[in-house]
Amino acid sequence: MPVIEIASKQVHVNDEGFMTEYEEWSEEIARVLAQQIEVDLTEEHWKIIRFLREDFKTEGETATSRRVQTVGGVPIKEQFVLFPKKPAKKMAYVAGLPKPKGCV
Amino acid sequence: MINETPAIVPKFGSEDSGRKLAIICSKGNLDMAYPGLILGNAALGEGIETHLFFTFWGFDMIIKSRANNLQFSPSGNTALHIPGTDMHIPQTVAPAMTGMATSMLKKQLAALDIPNVPDFLEQIVASGGHLWACRLSADMNKVDEHELRDDVEGIISASDFIEMTEGAQLLFI
Repeated sequence: MPVIEIASKQVHVNDEGFMTEYEEWSEEIARVLAQQIEVDLTEEHWKIIRFLREDFKTEGETATSRRVQTVGGVPIKEQFVLFPKKPAKKMAYVAGLPKPKGCV
Repeated sequence: MINETPAIVPKFGSEDSGRKLAIICSKGNLDMAYPGLILGNAALGEGIETHLFFTFWGFDMIIKSRANNLQFSPSGNTALHIPGTDMHIPQTVAPAMTGMATSMLKKQLAALDIPNVPDFLEQIVASGGHLWACRLSADMNKVDEHELRDDVEGIISASDFIEMTEGAQLLFI
């Protein structure tokens, strides 16, 4: 697994660039990750990112778009506005989590 | 030197790839409604323009009074086994088991947080998907647009659909 430098920190990522160590993530790192994929973070984005981080802690896997809607309370339509085209993967990337495994 | 730029950034395809997917949903059994919904939803989550065309028995998926009451029958399905075993469900009794099999399948789907058919279609539309109804099926079923989901964009002919999905990858289910 590659180790790269983000926001002056050494972090472990997989071959695609998704972070692999939950504890290495910080909000500062998230800002850089978001910038890399051309997402300007607003409070709405942070609401999703914080939900994903908390949910991962209890569930052990990354929430799907559907779960971000049903449990996290952010409608799917809004997710597509905040993280265009590929919301589930982009949200996971910025939150420093693996891509969601669920099909729905 | 401090490098603020990650060396590895996932390719999320920021440019429009132009990829299109068209799914023809022709089945109205509960188990056969889901493949199109799951694949369509997955495609939308990948930023792919997605069109679903409902025809023949698949029409039940978009008829408001029927969509939440699709059935799943072991009848004629010899690949259905007694759960956790390799034993077949005898085809002689299978037709009588439709109600039980339907409610079991619905429970299994709900346990995985997979939405029911109307909610799933709502999610697909919220994700930017397009729903189309087949003209011939509407005429055969004697159904007009008021009986269809409001988010069905139109009742169109097969040739309209083919024209609209030029260049698309196509799935027939």
